[in-house]
Amino acid sequence: MTKFLFLIVRNRLAAAGGIVLLLVVVLALVTPLLPLQPPNVTDTADRFLGPLAPGHLLGTDHLGRDLLSRLLWGTRLSLAVGFAAAVIAAVIGAAIGIVAGYFGGRTDNVIMRGVDMLMAFPYILLALAIVAALGPGLMNALIAVAAVNVPFFARNIRGITVGIANKEFVEAAKLAGMGHWRIIGLEILPNVLPVIVIAMSTTIGWMILETAGLSFLGLGSQPPVADLGSMLGEARSALITNPHTSVVPGVMILFIVMGINLLGDGVRDALDPRLRSGALTRPMAATTVRRESVPEAATGESLLAVRDLETRFHVGKRIFRAVNKVSLTVAPGECLGVIGESGSGKSVTALSVMGLVASPPGVITGGRADYRGADLVGMPYRKLRRLRGDRIAYIFQDPLATLHPLYRVGDQLAEAITVHHAVGRAEAQARAVELLNDVRIPNAESRARAYPHELSGGMRQRVGIAMALANAPDIIIADEPTTALDVTVQAQILALLEDLRRARGLAVVFITHDFGVVGQLCDRVSVMYAGRVVEEGPTDAVLAAPAHPYTRRLIACVPELGQGRRKLHSIPGLPPPVDNLPEGCAFAPRCDKAQDACRRGEIPLDPTGARAVRCLYPEEDLSVRGGTG
Amino acid sequence: MGGYIAKRLLSAIPVLMGITVIVFSIMALIPGDPATAILGSYATPENVAELNRDLGLDRPAPVRYFIWLGNMLQGDFGRSFSLNRPVIDEVLDRFSATLVLAGTSFVLCALLGILAGVVSAARQYGLADKAITFAVLLGISIPSFFLGMMMILFFAVRLQWLPVSGMYAIYGGGGLVDLLRHLAMPAIALSVVATGVIARLSRSAMLEVLRQDFIRTARAKGVGERRVIWRHALRAAMVSIIPVLGIQAGFVLSGAVYIEIVFQWPGVGRMLVDAILTRDILLVQGGVVFVAACYVMFNIAVDVAQSLLDPRIRT
Repeated sequence: MTKFLFLIVRNRLAAAGGIVLLLVVVLALVTPLLPLQPPNVTDTADRFLGPLAPGHLLGTDHLGRDLLSRLLWGTRLSLAVGFAAAVIAAVIGAAIGIVAGYFGGRTDNVIMRGVDMLMAFPYILLALAIVAALGPGLMNALIAVAAVNVPFFARNIRGITVGIANKEFVEAAKLAGMGHWRIIGLEILPNVLPVIVIAMSTTIGWMILETAGLSFLGLGSQPPVADLGSMLGEARSALITNPHTSVVPGVMILFIVMGINLLGDGVRDALDPRLRSGALTRPMAATTVRRESVPEAATGESLLAVRDLETRFHVGKRIFRAVNKVSLTVAPGECLGVIGESGSGKSVTALSVMGLVASPPGVITGGRADYRGADLVGMPYRKLRRLRGDRIAYIFQDPLATLHPLYRVGDQLAEAITVHHAVGRAEAQARAVELLNDVRIPNAESRARAYPHELSGGMRQRVGIAMALANAPDIIIADEPTTALDVTVQAQILALLEDLRRARGLAVVFITHDFGVVGQLCDRVSVMYAGRVVEEGPTDAVLAAPAHPYTRRLIACVPELGQGRRKLHSIPGLPPPVDNLPEGCAFAPRCDKAQDACRRGEIPLDPTGARAVRCLYPEEDLSVRGGTG
Repeated sequence: MGGYIAKRLLSAIPVLMGITVIVFSIMALIPGDPATAILGSYATPENVAELNRDLGLDRPAPVRYFIWLGNMLQGDFGRSFSLNRPVIDEVLDRFSATLVLAGTSFVLCALLGILAGVVSAARQYGLADKAITFAVLLGISIPSFFLGMMMILFFAVRLQWLPVSGMYAIYGGGGLVDLLRHLAMPAIALSVVATGVIARLSRSAMLEVLRQDFIRTARAKGVGERRVIWRHALRAAMVSIIPVLGIQAGFVLSGAVYIEIVFQWPGVGRMLVDAILTRDILLVQGGVVFVAACYVMFNIAVDVAQSLLDPRIRT
């Protein structure tokens, strides 16, 4: 609660709104105590005095009545009526909602149908009909406004009640033989009360405005008593000759409504945890890059060379070092596996290459990624965009979430082509069908017209692969493309990827947590742990003789057919949070071979021939084996 | 698609029935004897009884309801005693004026609101976002009737750009230019609050969508940022914006009542207020039922638009 209040106060606009509102309410409360002139005494000699006239701070109206006095009394009346309407609507609406939600079944059905009917009216029509029946008057306007808002409460409270009515403690109360009304009073009501209060506070502004509106139309408060709405309504005929009589009550309504809106926004922001964590920020077109220094470009024949890449997430005051000085290289036609548990930074590494890490909160703080001699990390967005999907393409994990739900898959494929190449619509569509054929989707022609939700998971992932192939890229970065799929479908997709790679000489970076997949597909593998590469080398050599204890454990996780006697191991413990890494080896707390030296200082990635390991006490002495593999 | 529309139209029948029941029940609340109200307090009991018989008021309420409903279905909404004219004729005349006003406002608020919301989301925390957020806050806080009055003071009285009011007949008279000159202020005043609400919702819907995986896919394909926002993101965001457009149309229609009073617009809202003040109950009753029915139909159109946009709800 104190945190909630703190959040409101910290939100300056909300605080300002709260203060304005508080002032208005206090003024309305003390109005009878103030030395004001009587609000309803006419004085035709002093008609339409301007503001700051002697004895009349805000001037007088068309009957010579003091505007300040009428304004304060009118505000008092408007607030009181709005508040009363809100309370009445909340009580009746909540009662209806609780009964419907608690009893459910036919009761619920009949009541909610009725509520839906009431909501089918534009609100003012219903209010006008009620006032027409009861006759104009402030009390009747209040009843009309309250009645119009009952459905809103009924519907909200019903929803909450349905959730509570199925909870264990309600069942327990029923079994204990408590009557329905006692359960509602003792178990349900206390739980929905906060929701009722919040709903009331958010609608009270509306109610004030709606009653003021009815009074403005002459259907609410009747002369000589005036609320803000009828003051404005009466002043309207003198709008052009004496505008101040209109401005005074109008500005007061504006202040009240704006105060309520500001405060309401503040309350909503404080209550919505997503806004608090800053998660509702949009990712920008490319990841923010803030590098303090840029390392030299790597030398060698590689197609893609990532060097000392660092990517961090800034969430509140915490900084997560998701990728910590990672270096990788991929040669033309080569398949590199990047393997690690979830949270090891493998996906973030892959996304950082083309600036696709959501930013905010992601920031690339160091390193480079060279593609054919150009640094992708420092590249201006316009140039980077032209490479995306054209030269370097991605395949993502969950094909339902990664395809646009409202476009046909054929159109999505065609778009991948047309954003890079000036081809006609028909040709792009034909290419799309061709691509679907390439990834062995049967009836490609008709499937191109399907929406993603009409395809199976395996089919959708084939579409994802087809999209990556659209412009015959040099490199495909596949980010766990089979994780969301069934095992049999997984095998098909992997076989397809392997065929395509061999046939087209593609370089592939394959992100996975499954050493089985790496063994099947990859020429080389890099093992990541807590944002760092801990071991790398040719797949066969690493599989045969893992050097890092973590790699050995990870390989032991893979079941092998026909080797039933081997025990399937899992790694005890969890990877460390990357905002608070221990000194030394990040794996040390989970490692059974860890020594004191492992928990001190930086441990380098020690290369030997084609292999490298970041460990003081490796499982295999690579220098003895001479880096064979 | 045709099946979906037919289904929605069928589902409207109970809602329309419900509306008539509700209006009928509210009107049954009227204290006293309608015949006495119509004939005045000098009527003899015989006159009252005769009129009651003529109006069918001596029969039980359910019978009266079905007679009333049957008459309405044949286009007979009764006769307005204050205007001495069939209710339906008056309602149709006035409603067409309201449609011009509210329709224009609705188009304005939908276009401007979505535009502002998208720009605001695309430039989150930028200058444009802050300016729009502030304007929206101001817009949703100012009562439309007060805004209308201030606009009259500024644009009609001070600058003398536009006429204060005086729109009498929509068709005929000064032609299109004259209509637009009379329409500009009321339409804008009426659209401001709804524009703010739509802008707000569009902004948060866009922010929600821009975080989705398929937006990352579009960027990974190399789709330019403008296309990402206006095609990929907006299209998906429209799924949550369209229902709000339907709700806001109801608010625009409601606000039209105030605006018609402020600008002397000869619409159905002003007609209803006048009818209430003269206790012309049949006119109120007919006007409310007619406008509510039109609103129900409009909401069906909104649902159909939604299903055209989102293949997942087309069944």
